[in-house]
Amino acid sequence: MSFTHKHILGIEQLAKEDIQLILDTAEAFKEINSRDIKKVPTLRGKTIINAFFEASTRTRLSFEIAGKRLSADTVNISGSTSSVVKGETLEDTAKNIEAMAPDIIVIRHGHSGAPHYLAERVACSVVNAGDGAHEHPSQALLDLLTMRDHKGSIEGLEVAIVGDITHSRVARSDIYALSKMGARVRVCGPGTMLPIGIERLGNVEVFTDMREAIKDADVVMMLRIQMERQSNIMIPSLREYARFYGLNPTNLQLAKADAIVMHPGPMNRGVEISSAVADGTQNVILDQVENGVAVRMALLYLVSGVESMQTK
Amino acid sequence: MAQAETAILDKAGIDRAITRIAHEILEHNKGSKNLALIGIRTGGDHLARLLQSRICVIEGVEVPLGSVDITMYRDDLAARGNLPIGKTDIPFPLDDKHVVLVDDVLYTGRTIRSAMDALMDFGRPSTIQLAVLIDRGHRELPIRSDYVGRNVPTAREEDVAVVFDERKNPFEVRLIKP
Repeated sequence: MSFTHKHILGIEQLAKEDIQLILDTAEAFKEINSRDIKKVPTLRGKTIINAFFEASTRTRLSFEIAGKRLSADTVNISGSTSSVVKGETLEDTAKNIEAMAPDIIVIRHGHSGAPHYLAERVACSVVNAGDGAHEHPSQALLDLLTMRDHKGSIEGLEVAIVGDITHSRVARSDIYALSKMGARVRVCGPGTMLPIGIERLGNVEVFTDMREAIKDADVVMMLRIQMERQSNIMIPSLREYARFYGLNPTNLQLAKADAIVMHPGPMNRGVEISSAVADGTQNVILDQVENGVAVRMALLYLVSGVESMQTK
Repeated sequence: MAQAETAILDKAGIDRAITRIAHEILEHNKGSKNLALIGIRTGGDHLARLLQSRICVIEGVEVPLGSVDITMYRDDLAARGNLPIGKTDIPFPLDDKHVVLVDDVLYTGRTIRSAMDALMDFGRPSTIQLAVLIDRGHRELPIRSDYVGRNVPTAREEDVAVVFDERKNPFEVRLIKP
């Protein structure tokens, strides 16, 4: 089947077959990242603008490297150094970016829906690199690729996601993606961090006791307490949070013996994850980062194919 | 209108062509030293595997075998949209190797151009040689084959298909008229 999405705004819009194709394409691109010469001419002459209106190290770097390895010209703008600080609206910024004729805009924005807003107003492809508390599709896809690498298949996996579900765009995208691929998701956190109705997003079960949530899980995914989104007012103290919702070698034993530990980063060591686990044998956190480049190469390649077919 | 298909080479013919090409490769390279076979996916990779086993029978040496997917190097990607990307697997260094690229049908030469660009990204082979089962003419680039199973004059609107069985062994070559 062929890929028809000009924009990647969220996992919600993707079908199971689309996700499968993205993962297979990423698998093929992974080989490039182990070559001496890590560059192929696939997207030569394409211009990709990475517009990051919110802080990011991993995702921005990953998208930039992905674009460069495919020979696209990548240009970065970030919130603090752009005209946004002078009061320009997103729409005006978008129109000005568009006047310079890019092929793909990769956008991260603090407001949910900003990539959708942009996609309706520009002619080029838009890829969501995280919008508010809504979705972070490329993260979910690299999570799935990492699970598939380690577990062979995603179908039937029991995946526990522990932390601030309310503010987590990663959790939402992962719930959509895992449900579509036939895995079962257990979300867990203190009541204040569990949004009402989250179980309706997919194949989701809700827990407030972490020990129950990670029991016999195949994958344990820990989320960061997001200080910048006022997570701290939802819990009495970080120490108490670490005691009830932190992953340590003792409670990790409740999961399956071959369970893998994932974290989208950046980690708060000693809060949601102890250093012993973060550096332990079951962690695949750096595999996630490595797969991130391949998954983003796949996304850029696939949307660019749709884009060039439509403008022909 | 229905298509007309004519078989132009049968299984025995294909086998004889592969055996002859294996001998020619060994003769030209004076043995199997520093020799490597790389098949272009899909089709060429299966033929490269057959050539490897034929060379092994003749010379008693298993030469390194790889496969290359040229999708990422195509010159018509923008016009073709989303083509699935296959795996490239070259598990040995190409530096100072005599690399024989293997493809099923040589036509415009554009696939070979892409494959050579791909190989250059992996290292610096001493030589790159080209082995094809069928050369059907109509080159658009200055590329020629070093080893040919059979030259088949064709018209542009015709098509040549190498048909593989479920075990990926070639059993027939067909000329398809529109």
